Amino acid sequence: MIKFLLMVNKQGQTRLSRYYEQVELGKRASLEADVVRGCLARRKEECSFVEFKDYKLVYRQYAALFIVVGITENENELSIYELVHNFVEVLDKYFSRVSELDIMFNLDKVHIILDEMILNGHIVETNKTRILAPLLALDKMAES
Amino acid sequence: MPAPIRLRELIRTIRTARTQAEEREMIQKECAAIRSSFREEDNTYRCRNVAKLLYMHMLGYPAHFGQLECLKLIASQKFTDKRIGYLGAMLLLDERQDVHLLMTNCIKNDLNHSTQYVQGLSLCTLGCMGSSEMCRDLAGEVEKLLKTSNSYLRKKAALCAVHVIRKVPELMEMFLPATKNLLSEKNHGEILHTSVVLLTEMCERSPDMLSHFRKLVPQLVRILKNLIMSGYSPEHDVSGISDPFLQVRILRLLRILGKGDDDSSEAMNDILAQVATNTETSKNVGNAILYETVLTIMDIKSESGLRVLAINILGRFLLNNDKNIRYVALTSLLKTVQTDHNAVQRHRSTIVDCLKDLDVSIKRRAMELSFALVNGNNIRGMMKELLYFLDSCDPDFKADCASGIFLAAEKYAPSKRWHIDTVMRVLTTAGSYVRDDSVPNLIQLITNSVEMHAYTVQRLYKALLDDISQQPLVQVASWCIGEYGDLLVSGQCEEEEPIQVDALEDEVLDVLEGLLVSNLSTPVTRAYSLTAIMKLSTRFSSVNRIKKVVSIYGSSIDVELQQRAVEYNANDLLDLLGGNDVVPVIQTTVPTKPASAGGELLDLLGDLSLTGIPPMTAYNKNGLKIEFTFERSNPSPNIAVITIHATNSTEADMTEFVFQAAVPKTFQLQLLSPSSNVVPALNQGSVTQVIRVLNPQKQQLRMRIKLTYTHKGSPVQDLAEVNNFPPQSWQ
Repeated sequence: MIKFLLMVNKQGQTRLSRYYEQVELGKRASLEADVVRGCLARRKEECSFVEFKDYKLVYRQYAALFIVVGITENENELSIYELVHNFVEVLDKYFSRVSELDIMFNLDKVHIILDEMILNGHIVETNKTRILAPLLALDKMAES
Repeated sequence: MPAPIRLRELIRTIRTARTQAEEREMIQKECAAIRSSFREEDNTYRCRNVAKLLYMHMLGYPAHFGQLECLKLIASQKFTDKRIGYLGAMLLLDERQDVHLLMTNCIKNDLNHSTQYVQGLSLCTLGCMGSSEMCRDLAGEVEKLLKTSNSYLRKKAALCAVHVIRKVPELMEMFLPATKNLLSEKNHGEILHTSVVLLTEMCERSPDMLSHFRKLVPQLVRILKNLIMSGYSPEHDVSGISDPFLQVRILRLLRILGKGDDDSSEAMNDILAQVATNTETSKNVGNAILYETVLTIMDIKSESGLRVLAINILGRFLLNNDKNIRYVALTSLLKTVQTDHNAVQRHRSTIVDCLKDLDVSIKRRAMELSFALVNGNNIRGMMKELLYFLDSCDPDFKADCASGIFLAAEKYAPSKRWHIDTVMRVLTTAGSYVRDDSVPNLIQLITNSVEMHAYTVQRLYKALLDDISQQPLVQVASWCIGEYGDLLVSGQCEEEEPIQVDALEDEVLDVLEGLLVSNLSTPVTRAYSLTAIMKLSTRFSSVNRIKKVVSIYGSSIDVELQQRAVEYNANDLLDLLGGNDVVPVIQTTVPTKPASAGGELLDLLGDLSLTGIPPMTAYNKNGLKIEFTFERSNPSPNIAVITIHATNSTEADMTEFVFQAAVPKTFQLQLLSPSSNVVPALNQGSVTQVIRVLNPQKQQLRMRIKLTYTHKGSPVQDLAEVNNFPPQSWQ
């Protein structure tokens, strides 16, 4: 199962954090800092899976933003790697060429999308149309 | 009061902060504004305020005062309010806050709401942070939703059920009827994914469920087949493959169902072979599916052809340019190397190439795999590669690699000479990373290879001349020189050139003395070299020089060295050693305290004690050293007579010295009166006391001792366990 999903930029600022397993508030900041340090230290030739404490991290870099997913031992790393890309593609579709600023200023919407895709650490939906349906309905309601 | 600012404004403001302090100030100001806005109980702006609060929470600032507001939002009728309210609940609340229980009623109502999106929201929240009580209350509603025809809700209900089962395992039975129809969904697979997750969870938790669901294997196989065979489906397509996430999930469920069960494994053999051969491997997606397939094949009872296919897939992965895939392949091969050893052997050369990879995790796995693959046939080639790796790898690896090499060399060495050469190579390249316990093991190895003694000591001596910084190498070398110094000097070895005898003796002593004074040597190393010098007194002719060296160390600052040197001198061991054919008593693992070197040296002394039982050091702390010497009382062999010798190496006397001892119930102890109760400073004398131990059952002797004395005006008390009695003292 997925333990957490983070979007952190190169300066170490957290742009999105979602924990599917209880982590105390105080510990979160240090965890995020550790994770980012671990990912920033990786060179280009190294693989995207890092062993971290007693679980694994799968990370992917998009421009200046790192998306890091913490997973348990029994999860298929390559599959989660694909999931991260799927997530970015959904964001792309909704925000039309998503950028870090889009994520920052629409944090609540990004959370909603994430909730449609991952529930309680497991994948719910990967189809872009179905993921975006409730959000588009919400937008229409807000406009009217 | 002016309308609270929107979230965007807040973010923009925070971005202008140049320092952490500025940011904190802005946040505090905004928090104050939000708090007063909450107090006004204004419904219009509550949503906006909570959204801002969530943002600040993500940055790491406390936001607990917003928890109740989230509840109010959830209770509101507007969807926008509910949305933020539930999000806030998921982010800010958890089981440990009492507030969360208040949500139960709201969630219950929302689960029955007319709008599916609201129902979805409540399912999502319940699935994320529902406590056991909430789950118990609402499990019925979730189960109902699991049976609706609305697929949007069904898929969320399935995952919510997973959470409920995790929290309250007893409720698993309740969801069983609903699962009957989960897999027969006509729809392409909207709910298939989460259904499979639910089934997986149930199977993992209960063996009964597992056997119950085994009958679903044909259905799962059919679904998988459709996925592979079906044409292009734009909705679920990822890089040309239909719904890879579902495929991976089904494969995992098949793995759980097929494990240990012949019939199920039989039923899935075909489809596994089909997936393995038909999946496109050019993109990561295909490889993800293949990886899962390989894991499944290895876990179930598959036929051997299929297993070989799986391992070949892994072999292909190893050659892939993508480092992620190489990593994954090495991890899986490590898991399977025990069971399918021969198949993995075929890929040995590729694995060995991975030792040169740049990625740390790949290197580590390649190293572990290489050690697992070493056998009698490939030992020479593999060892060459591994030694090369040892030279160039990071320090973190060196210790593990060195130990691995030693183990492999011990098991498969083709010849003694090769073994010793390998060991020497490791000592010279990674000497400082070798584990402490390997030194006695190596000494044992060298002792056992009698014909190699001369060659070994020659090589070690040469290595010592080059470099004295690597402690294990120096220790082994000193020991060897001490032991086989005569062979070194007389140049009996045919391979190396014969060397001048007398000049060489002095040179050897120079080297050993050099070790004693060098800053690089640890106390253990010094002990080894002092002993070696001692032993050479019997083999070399320059006895006087040796005596001089030893007497210098009689007043050395290092207590161990001093003790040893003084004892040697006092007992005039030099002559006595001459008569002995000494073989060191280093059998089982020697403890890695510095005293270990002392232990084996005292065993040498043991040969000289009157009854043949070696004396031992029972206690040595803070300058106080207590040694036990043994005698057997002839009329009654069950009684061991132990004499304690207490010496004090500090510069102040230890007065009012009292020694007490206690033994386990099966023994009886008699303590006679001590010689005095003052232990003079600087080892100028000792206190002796006789203990008689009756050991009728001949059990292993153990003792707890208590020492009390006054040192430099202050009282000192210490308790210690004495467990290192030599076996002869109680047998």
